[in-house]
Amino acid sequence: MNLIVEREKSIVALEDRIAALRARDAAGTSEEVRLLEGKYAELQEDLFGHLTPWERVHMARHPKRPISSDYIAAFDEFDELHGDRHFRDDPALVGGFAKIRGRRVMVLAQQKGRDTKENIRRNFGLVSPEGYRKAKRLMELASRFELPIVTLVDTQGADPGIGSEERAQSEAIASCLTTLSRVRVPVVATIVGEGGSGGALALALADRVIMPQHSIYSVASPEGCAAILWGDASRADEAAARLRLTSDDLLAFGIVDEVVPEPLGGAQREPEAFIRKIVDAIEAALRRLESVPPDVLRERRYDKYRRIGAWESDSRDSVAVVVP
Amino acid sequence: MPMPDWLRIRREEELASGDEKLWDKCPSCGEMLYRKDLEANLWVCTRCGHHFRMHAYDRINSLVDGDFVEIGTEILPGDPLGWVDKRPYPQKLETDREKSKLSEAVVTGFGTLDGFPIALGVMDFSFRGGTMGTVVGDRIAHLLEEARRRHLPTIVFTASGGARMEEGMLALMQMAKTTQAVDRFMQDGNLYVTVLTDPTTGGVSASFAFQSDIVIAEARAAIGFAGRRVIEQTIRQKLPENFQTAEFLLEKGHVDMVVPRPAIRETLIRLLDYAVDRKRIAPALKAVPEFAL
Repeated sequence: MNLIVEREKSIVALEDRIAALRARDAAGTSEEVRLLEGKYAELQEDLFGHLTPWERVHMARHPKRPISSDYIAAFDEFDELHGDRHFRDDPALVGGFAKIRGRRVMVLAQQKGRDTKENIRRNFGLVSPEGYRKAKRLMELASRFELPIVTLVDTQGADPGIGSEERAQSEAIASCLTTLSRVRVPVVATIVGEGGSGGALALALADRVIMPQHSIYSVASPEGCAAILWGDASRADEAAARLRLTSDDLLAFGIVDEVVPEPLGGAQREPEAFIRKIVDAIEAALRRLESVPPDVLRERRYDKYRRIGAWESDSRDSVAVVVP
Repeated sequence: MPMPDWLRIRREEELASGDEKLWDKCPSCGEMLYRKDLEANLWVCTRCGHHFRMHAYDRINSLVDGDFVEIGTEILPGDPLGWVDKRPYPQKLETDREKSKLSEAVVTGFGTLDGFPIALGVMDFSFRGGTMGTVVGDRIAHLLEEARRRHLPTIVFTASGGARMEEGMLALMQMAKTTQAVDRFMQDGNLYVTVLTDPTTGGVSASFAFQSDIVIAEARAAIGFAGRRVIEQTIRQKLPENFQTAEFLLEKGHVDMVVPRPAIRETLIRLLDYAVDRKRIAPALKAVPEFAL
């Protein structure tokens, strides 16, 4: 059960009444319409104006939230490339050539499904080793042909199945990280829904990380964290409150570079306009990074991650400090 | 071999705390083992070969010729998230410091191994389950940067439950930091060897553990990305006994070799002898034993 969907249900009746009244009174001049609309705005603010971290998790998992394929559909062109050339094509990881407002790029995206059937096919966006190996292959291709890499992150984590362990999930993720730290082209990552653990970071070691306001990005999914620390996945809400997984927290830590505000109630309220805003942000990042020489780009990328949670030798007290 | 000063000092600290035990019970075969015999056998059960988890300083002492110059000791943990659950995070750290006699979950420094100068990192499961937070990430990156400047072969022993939850995303970012430092080190033509000990999982497994030129798995170690419990809960069935063991990984082609603990030192020396041109590291050799920073 999604907490946000439940809240939306509570105002559907009001929305319907306003729509019915509007149908009769298009200008919205009647006292009743104005009154109801005022009440509606108030209710919206009450319901969605101040979300707790756990509510944000539900927002990030909202069944109507834009997913990777919605963003890819908003690019000018896209041609998918399949497979890791060893084992199989992983449908949870979509990759290929694309053009974004005329710019040639390589797109790598974690793909959830819109319904149960597609979610099963896409393994709920949980990427297997062959998915990461496909990503690595395409990152190298992009680097050779000087195509910036645009990634869309949306996963609770890497696939934890028997087959994934047999095919070296750890090595596959480590290879993606190594490759992203090596590529001579700009890397722009967007956390479109939820980013969980190393499975998300494997696509997000980037020169610029963009985060929609209500996405989450976490060391482990709140359920996973609660299971690890307290042996009880049902305490996920408590874990969410502590993990500092919201966009505000991560911007303050310097882990994401840019937060894109969402409409009240979430991106799914005005999906087209919101997707356009994200594409704007990606385009702006690409424009800023395209003139940076490759060696400088790599040096800056190294320094960026080197500084996160780094010890500062000139600090007086013995604590690791965060340099934003 | 006389006990080196650095270890003698550690030992005295340990004695002062009064937790010296005489006997240990093997969790595998139940044999009561005399502590001195167990130590002499590198914490491997003399009856059944069970590998006990080994303290980082004991491990280092079992490898290096004499002195070990520890670096990165000034890199110490803070509480970036202000984490509190049953207890505040700083209290948990304090408990682990006392229990493990370590300042964090990894010890890094320089020493020589059969005359080869090396950079060495050893993780210890007894400090927060060997989890990687900002300090582990920073010490590993620092070690590789210092080793790179000196063209020193680097050996890292891993033991980790994954990322440290109490440091949240700052912990996760250490995967990026360590991966980059390792890659830079290796791209310069330096040798990087990892020895995966029990257990090596999660964020450590998916970053600097599996990036190396040669991956050695210590016999019987549990190694994998997802924890055994997570997988069992996901697939709702019991996993086979040997799943995610060193031997299983050898069969699946993930590691170069599986080596029992008593043979690890000799194995590392043989690998260094094949892979490293002593002439190339001659300048570093000259700096021994002081390894001036």
